[in-house]
Amino acid sequence: MVGITSYGVYIPYYRLNRAEVAKSWGGFQIPGEKAVANFDEDTVTMGVEACRECLKGLDKGTIEALYLASTTFPYAEKQASALAAAVLDLDQSVLTVDISGTLRCGSGSVRLAMDAVKAGSSPNAVVCASDLRLGLPNGAKELEFGDGAAAFLIGDGDVVATIDNIYTMNHEIFDVFRPSQERFVRSWEDRFVREAGYVKVVSEAVRAALKAFGMEPGDFAKAVFGSPNPVYLSGAAKSAGFDPKTQAVDPLWGVIGNTGSAHSLMLLCNALDEAKPGDKLLWVSYGDGCDVLTLTVTDEIAKMQKKQSVKRLLNSKAQTTYQKYLRWRDIIATEPPMRPRTEPASAVALYRDRKCGLALYGSQCKNCGTIQYPVQRICMECRAKDNFELYPFADKQGKVVTFSHDNLAVSPDPPTTLAAVDFEEGGRIMMDITDRDPSQIKVGMPVEMTFRKFRRTDGVQVYWWKSRPTR
Amino acid sequence: MESIKDRVAIVGMGCTKFGENWDKSSDDMIIEAVYEACEDASISPQDVQALWIGSYWSNLPAPSQPLATLLKLDYKPITRLENMCATASDSLRNAAYAVASGVCDIALAIGVEKLKDSGYSGLPTDDIAMGLVSTAPNTFRSRNFTAPGHFAMMATSYFNKYGLDPEDGRTMLAKIMVKNHHNGTMSPKAHFRREITVEQVLKAPIIAWPLGLLDCCGVSDGAAAAIVVRRDMVKDFRADPVYIKASQIAVGPSEGYMNPKHDWTMVKETYRAGEAAYEEAGVKDPRKEISMAEVHDCFSITEAVIYEDLQFSQRGRCKEDIEAGTFELTGELPVNMDGGLKCFGHPIGASGLRMVYELYKQIQGKAGERQIKNPGLGLAHNLGGTPGGCTISVTIVGP
Repeated sequence: MVGITSYGVYIPYYRLNRAEVAKSWGGFQIPGEKAVANFDEDTVTMGVEACRECLKGLDKGTIEALYLASTTFPYAEKQASALAAAVLDLDQSVLTVDISGTLRCGSGSVRLAMDAVKAGSSPNAVVCASDLRLGLPNGAKELEFGDGAAAFLIGDGDVVATIDNIYTMNHEIFDVFRPSQERFVRSWEDRFVREAGYVKVVSEAVRAALKAFGMEPGDFAKAVFGSPNPVYLSGAAKSAGFDPKTQAVDPLWGVIGNTGSAHSLMLLCNALDEAKPGDKLLWVSYGDGCDVLTLTVTDEIAKMQKKQSVKRLLNSKAQTTYQKYLRWRDIIATEPPMRPRTEPASAVALYRDRKCGLALYGSQCKNCGTIQYPVQRICMECRAKDNFELYPFADKQGKVVTFSHDNLAVSPDPPTTLAAVDFEEGGRIMMDITDRDPSQIKVGMPVEMTFRKFRRTDGVQVYWWKSRPTR
Repeated sequence: MESIKDRVAIVGMGCTKFGENWDKSSDDMIIEAVYEACEDASISPQDVQALWIGSYWSNLPAPSQPLATLLKLDYKPITRLENMCATASDSLRNAAYAVASGVCDIALAIGVEKLKDSGYSGLPTDDIAMGLVSTAPNTFRSRNFTAPGHFAMMATSYFNKYGLDPEDGRTMLAKIMVKNHHNGTMSPKAHFRREITVEQVLKAPIIAWPLGLLDCCGVSDGAAAAIVVRRDMVKDFRADPVYIKASQIAVGPSEGYMNPKHDWTMVKETYRAGEAAYEEAGVKDPRKEISMAEVHDCFSITEAVIYEDLQFSQRGRCKEDIEAGTFELTGELPVNMDGGLKCFGHPIGASGLRMVYELYKQIQGKAGERQIKNPGLGLAHNLGGTPGGCTISVTIVGP
């Protein structure tokens, strides 16, 4: 049976308390907090993190397709999934597809992947949805939108949940939208958005879907409604015949917020982490229409539940401030420090360096075994020339050898924490430490690798890796 | 392999005032340093047969031709060189080698840097240098590090290895800065000439934890020059020449960045350049035989580790010597008699010759208020790069 064979989520380390935002504007108070990406993250870096979590310990050689879904890709013309494939070190024969334009692009990608698996053209496909949406300051969207990503491995062997049925409905409406030249999401009047849009479309689609599947609300242990907030969810769930209290999966609205195209996928991961074998799950994804899917959890779920990645990442967090958030998103301009301008990146050098820079390969000397980064053509220990194999660092554990907190280095989140990181299995890389509390950084502390944004000059975004305290 | 020892003499030196020389261009500073050196040697710039000019950021990419224009030189050979913070020392080394080889009799070494035209605080980032060297991997180019950030990592590691809590460690380092500032008050050509206290150092704003503002040297403009001749020609120039006893450069393969064996509590390049220089000069016991040193105190921790790497102090025990006043002007082995980089600032391409200028004046007994008693061998040390991978020069001169 075709279904989900593995899954992973990514929830950024930082949270922004909504009361902080409300305090700044003297506006309305709504409870809870939202997950916010750090200044060095974007849709691609978060997506990569979710994919890494999903693919941990699996043979990446069997993957034949990567679908990346988002409404906030960094480039209008330049494929995010090709970049992600290079970072994830997937084979160059892998089909890479970016899917965008609607908050339903995550569930739509799952359908495409399912069809490809069934047709036999891509027996193992990664589907990842990632979003980092902006609402204008002092608005409801700013308070509600959170950042995050989720990834599924879709295949037909050892599935943790089969995907049994898919129903799709498209629906043209100006409810929530963003013109391509604008940064901030717009919407029509809330009552129209809710009544003519979400609640009506979701309830109609779910009822039509269940009829087509020959199923009833009572068949489902849990229902995942991707929804902008709990009020919308409750309205639509009731209208579709579900009990919002007992059946609807917690939308995590108070802890991560509405994470756009990734939202319902993240909720489904959370539901899978809690599910029992045999449970039937309903998955509803809204945006310019509605996708309705049903799943059945299998005995294989136990191996995934050991990781409890949603809970782990929900609990691994620190608060940031609204001022920092505005600065990280480049919403307010601050006085630049009197430091040299950033030198432009070279597309040519980035191209040459892609294996080492994107997939984080160093080298291991075939003569003496010494592990080193970046790739050294002459071994630093035995001086053997061109006698090495590539050595992957991305999934290795490291520890901090020494560090400093640099206030002179230009950063939207000073100080820049620099470190020498030694890896358990050998090798050292000089790296920044991100997602950290400077007061907690100690010599000897364990760190793991995370893919991040670096400089952006003349439209060229440079990515590389940082270390972070193990989450 | 032959030694440079006693084959070449410095017979004239010049050095500008170091500081924020808003009203002087690098050309003005070169003229000032070169003419002071020539007057000191009683020659004209036209008597010089070959020139080496060093700079790091300034006048890129080719100040050799502008130098001929500036000094109206008569079709002489001029070479512009760069070797990070050891640039001026390498300029002197090249001039000395040319003279020692016998292919020229009188050579001029110049080091210059104009940093304060830039408009920013601190040094330019390595982006600029590495951007020019397009072979540098993007992985290094894209990082966001500064000089204080990297040297501060050496302080963290040193404190950790030797069990100093940050307060004790920072206090130990502050004493070095207080010493250098005290010496600087007696240096008319220094940028900063005021006393500071340990408390001021500890309370200064943090630049890169654990280093504060007063743990860092200043950024300034300056130039210095030296005229070198063969030993047998010395009597034609002066009665009190200063001889080059050793001139060594060691460039490390960046082990600190890649090799877990490197623990960031020492700079192996300094140790190796020191060893090579001691051998060249015939020095068996540096602590006893070196009578003074000008070392690269770009940051407080750098000077502390230099004491150990140059074998003035035992490994891990520089604190004892700092507390005993060993390196003070009146101590057993005065270090940075003129106030060092701390008080002169660090115009990258000029500092090495500024250090030799101080040794030269001390040996000639012309160091004024800061004159030490019975100066013998003097050592100048530059560190270019960061503790993880650097270019080190060690120059030893003597009467």
